[in-house]
Amino acid sequence: MNDERGFDEPWQAQALALAFALQDAGVITAGEWAEALGRERAVHGLKDDGSDYYDSVVAALEQLIEGRGLSTKAAMEDVAAAWRRAAHATPHGMPIALENDPQRRRA
Amino acid sequence: MAGFTFLPMSHDHDHDNDLDPMAARVKALETILTEKGLIDPAAVDAIVETYEHKVGPRNGARVVAKAWSDAAYAEWLAKDATAAIASLGYSGRQGEHMQAVFNAPETHNLVVCTLCSCYPWSVLGLPPVWYKSPPYRSRAVIDPRGVLAEFGLELPLTTNIRVWDSTAELRYIVVPLRPQGTDGLGEDELAALVTRDSMIGAGHALAPGAAA
Repeated sequence: MNDERGFDEPWQAQALALAFALQDAGVITAGEWAEALGRERAVHGLKDDGSDYYDSVVAALEQLIEGRGLSTKAAMEDVAAAWRRAAHATPHGMPIALENDPQRRRA
Repeated sequence: MAGFTFLPMSHDHDHDNDLDPMAARVKALETILTEKGLIDPAAVDAIVETYEHKVGPRNGARVVAKAWSDAAYAEWLAKDATAAIASLGYSGRQGEHMQAVFNAPETHNLVVCTLCSCYPWSVLGLPPVWYKSPPYRSRAVIDPRGVLAEFGLELPLTTNIRVWDSTAELRYIVVPLRPQGTDGLGEDELAALVTRDSMIGAGHALAPGAAA
């Protein structure tokens, strides 16, 4: 039980940082964040070891963003798919940029 | 982006990058929030840097060691933990208040967040996996003695256990009992005895000589 590890993967740190950045910018309050994350944990946080915690962080962010009318689930999925295409189109060792999405370049 | 970079000769073909679905979802959120002008990617990077490298249980250990060594500081910490902790350079996010709860021979304190996993980031860094787990979150309140026993902490039945449920606005740090045989130690040596678990209430401070 003496696990000192922080994040398993960089996206976990990014997701948590987004939640804090939104609080720092005054877009959401700490209470709203705790409530959204708590709701997500209550519904989906089912793994006894807590290893799905950061999945809940991402889902709570998506819920808040959609709830505020800042974006839609479909739009978020579209942009995520564009990032995956961009990653595939980026040669190994080079930074991934959304501009590398082949569908975006043709558009 | 101008031109292409040549890959090392040992590569006979380009390996595609693969972004896993969770990473792509987070990138999408960052893209959308940045385009809306709601976040600054540099600020997000700075937060990541802080949580990966700058905050951690060593901060809390300094607070505890100072409270053990300096009675006036301990008194301040008991009255206004937010300010006493900030005086050492460890500040939480805006609106987060800290309360320090002091263990005593007859009272042991344990911290939980039953709602999600509110945690005193500025002094303890990232919460351990077990703190975020559903069994801990539910059982710490119902059966704290049993939970502590699983951590190897067998407390006498005469010891009261107080459980503190963190919220978004109020977070707790446990000040464990100062171990015996530490009278001559300075703050640095004392801080080395203060474990993360002891500041959540899931352990005791280490005995002298047991520190890594």
